[in-house]
Amino acid sequence: MRIGIDVGGTNTDAVLLDGREVLAEIKTSTTEDVTSGIVAAIDGLQQQRAFDPAAVQAVMIGTTHFINALVEAHRLAPTAAVRLSLPAGASLPPMVDWPQRLVDAIAGRSYLAHGGHEFDGRHISELNADELRRAAEDMGNAGVRSVAITSVFSPVNAEFEAQAAEIISAELPDVAISLSHEIGRIGLLERENATVINAALRELAAHIVDGLAASVTGAGITAPLYLSQNDGTLMDVDFARRYPVATFASGPTNSMRGAAVLSGLDTCAVVDVGGTTSDVGVLRQGFPREATTDVSVAGIRTNFRMPDVLSIGIGGGSRVRPEGVGPDSVGYELTSKALVFGGDTLTATDIAVAAGRAEIGDPSLVAHLGRDLVQAALDRIAGDVSDVVERMRTSAEPLPVVAVGGGSILLPDKLSGSGEVHRPDHFAVANAIGAAIAQIGGEVDRVYAIEPGRRDAVIDEAKQEAVDRAIAAGASPSSVDIVDFDEVPIPYLPGNATRIRVKAVGDLQLGSAS
Amino acid sequence: MKELTHDHLDDVARGAAILGTGGGGDPYIGRLLAAAAVREHGPVPLVALEEVPDDAMVLPVAMMGAPTVMVEKLPSAEQVGLAARTLAGYLGKELTHIACAEAGGVNSLIPVVAAAQLGLPLVDADGMGRAFPELQMVLPTIYGVRATPMAYADEKGNRGVLDTVDNHWAERLARSAAIDMGCSSAISTFAMSGAQARESMVPGTLSLCAELGRLARSTKSVAAVVERLGGRTLFTGKVIDVARRTQTGFARGEARLSGMDDDAGRELVLRFQNEHLVAERDGVVLASVPDLICVLHTETSEAVTTELLRFGQRVTVIAAPADPRWHTEAGIELAGPRYFGYDIDPVGVTA
Repeated sequence: MRIGIDVGGTNTDAVLLDGREVLAEIKTSTTEDVTSGIVAAIDGLQQQRAFDPAAVQAVMIGTTHFINALVEAHRLAPTAAVRLSLPAGASLPPMVDWPQRLVDAIAGRSYLAHGGHEFDGRHISELNADELRRAAEDMGNAGVRSVAITSVFSPVNAEFEAQAAEIISAELPDVAISLSHEIGRIGLLERENATVINAALRELAAHIVDGLAASVTGAGITAPLYLSQNDGTLMDVDFARRYPVATFASGPTNSMRGAAVLSGLDTCAVVDVGGTTSDVGVLRQGFPREATTDVSVAGIRTNFRMPDVLSIGIGGGSRVRPEGVGPDSVGYELTSKALVFGGDTLTATDIAVAAGRAEIGDPSLVAHLGRDLVQAALDRIAGDVSDVVERMRTSAEPLPVVAVGGGSILLPDKLSGSGEVHRPDHFAVANAIGAAIAQIGGEVDRVYAIEPGRRDAVIDEAKQEAVDRAIAAGASPSSVDIVDFDEVPIPYLPGNATRIRVKAVGDLQLGSAS
Repeated sequence: MKELTHDHLDDVARGAAILGTGGGGDPYIGRLLAAAAVREHGPVPLVALEEVPDDAMVLPVAMMGAPTVMVEKLPSAEQVGLAARTLAGYLGKELTHIACAEAGGVNSLIPVVAAAQLGLPLVDADGMGRAFPELQMVLPTIYGVRATPMAYADEKGNRGVLDTVDNHWAERLARSAAIDMGCSSAISTFAMSGAQARESMVPGTLSLCAELGRLARSTKSVAAVVERLGGRTLFTGKVIDVARRTQTGFARGEARLSGMDDDAGRELVLRFQNEHLVAERDGVVLASVPDLICVLHTETSEAVTTELLRFGQRVTVIAAPADPRWHTEAGIELAGPRYFGYDIDPVGVTA
């Protein structure tokens, strides 16, 4: 048995699974301290279907906590950015394009130092240990507690980042260190930004992870705890302490992964209709397609791996007017403002009830709504959602659509252009199921100079490394498959420079608990 | 517009992306560098082409190399200034004005960096009125302005001066040097007198970029952009296929669009090499280089670069007339369809 929990901004959803069978599911309110909401959710599962805590083999949690902390500029550590690039890059120092409020929130300090690589692996300049020691001394005096190190072309060669980390750690043994090549891809400012964000969240991550672990053990569960990542795979708690940014988009990812398992479709578009927005993503071989362009988080451009998700302002709480539906929503006030709850605001939920698609609140309170109005609103929602699905397609191949989330009752059984809409059982808790069934992954993303005749060998090496990484992270070796492979020649660069990305995933190797 | 301030840069970048006809790279780094330079040195005076004195020394500056490198090993303001100072030193003349070689992407903003860094005015003009992939593809080439002596510089302080037999050799040797410099160098080239600049450059480019950017931002209307450019709308549709390949160092490819609205049932093919070169509807060429073929988001009128074209995007393809001098025999020879390997006569845009 395993437990999956999705801690969203409004709801904490939890499921108890045996294999892929859902034994119990529950929705509770997210609490300010997060952990008491989790405890309540686990209690709720226990009441629905009594289970022996010792029989739980793993607990998987998806949380929006870290991205919320960044957006709210809440409890961020004093952070320094060290960039190894001189004499290049001095005109645009770290955090150059950040909102000032976030630079202030992390008491951000910047240090430019020698180092960095050219695109072909030559050194821009040699690392200077004294220079880094002086920077470390200054950081120590300024009270810096977390350091982000970025070196030019480190996705091609990470040696300077590793060496700089050693030098700074020797001077400041208690600071946390984040290295950019482990976080982002080519695109220095965006990778550096992501790394600084990660660094700023390190202390909070340790605190939150301890809290999550305590709430699980508090429920008598001794099984290992995992957090779900942006790409739909799991990380253990130590990894989560080091890479909080890797949890940023786990919410939509979990919904998509859950939709895949519940519907049995591994290549499809997933529409997750919540209270305020509908998020649309695409699954390929069961995993969300990643965004290829930079993603802005709290006003900061970053390039770490995020699912490609398009959101529109349509959800169960959307206001309905003659001219359209949404994008504004009554949000958490649905239960006091919607007509079916005795309120005075016409919402999408009222439309669903009036159309006989849902039984929520008091249907007599929407009996007066004209049939034309109801149909027009439903058509509008269907049209807007089908438009977004259409935009997410990358080929002319038909793409089935799976609808999940509490608000998915608003969607019709067929969408123009995409055909039938699959609405699997347990659709309302797809995100918790997605967390519970998440697998363990290993990834390689690097620029290789491919010598003539060496292409196949280079690709094999990259694939093997991805498989090895998945196994090292806890995947059961016999279950590991390559799920994604991408080879992109880089224009203008000589020497057949090619960026290769490989992702391998496998089932989590579970302990032998009965 | 008498000077370029921090507030103009966003619109200039937006407008330059439109004139970039799908190429020119992401202007983000250029905008940040220009913003940093203006913050440090103050606004850059902008001088209309007709106000440049005959005996002025006008120097276009640009970055040369791979966009992939420029987002990783960031160009520096010093590097850009060094290229310009090196050439002035070699020529033994005093620089009076900085100019843009092309309109589009990062190279519309790099000259702002140079002008701020050197404390010189910027000429409101460029050498093309659009973006093209190779160094010699500027109108001054037609008027006998030589690309060399040209100077190039890297971020380490390495620099060089080239003097070549013609402008094609300048492109070839400068690109080799750029590769050795880590695939990114600052260049200063096509040094010319004020009189030559007035004869051979395209006036008003930076003002036009700022205006187009402002239009796109405030009206989000493709029609407004078309009207300002004196062009016409070629096609409205959805991208249904993009094929790319890297060939002799350039990103070549085709995009196919399926028509919507008035174009429902028709198909448009765009052929590009960094920039859009040919637009063909149901087998008939509607527009080609040297005229501008721009792909804009139908809803926002923001430019879509060839790198970012992807299935499902709703776009409107527009064409705008290039500077008339591109349609002379010499202009066509330099940047007409045959230079890019298409065996067709150029198809001009009539509004």
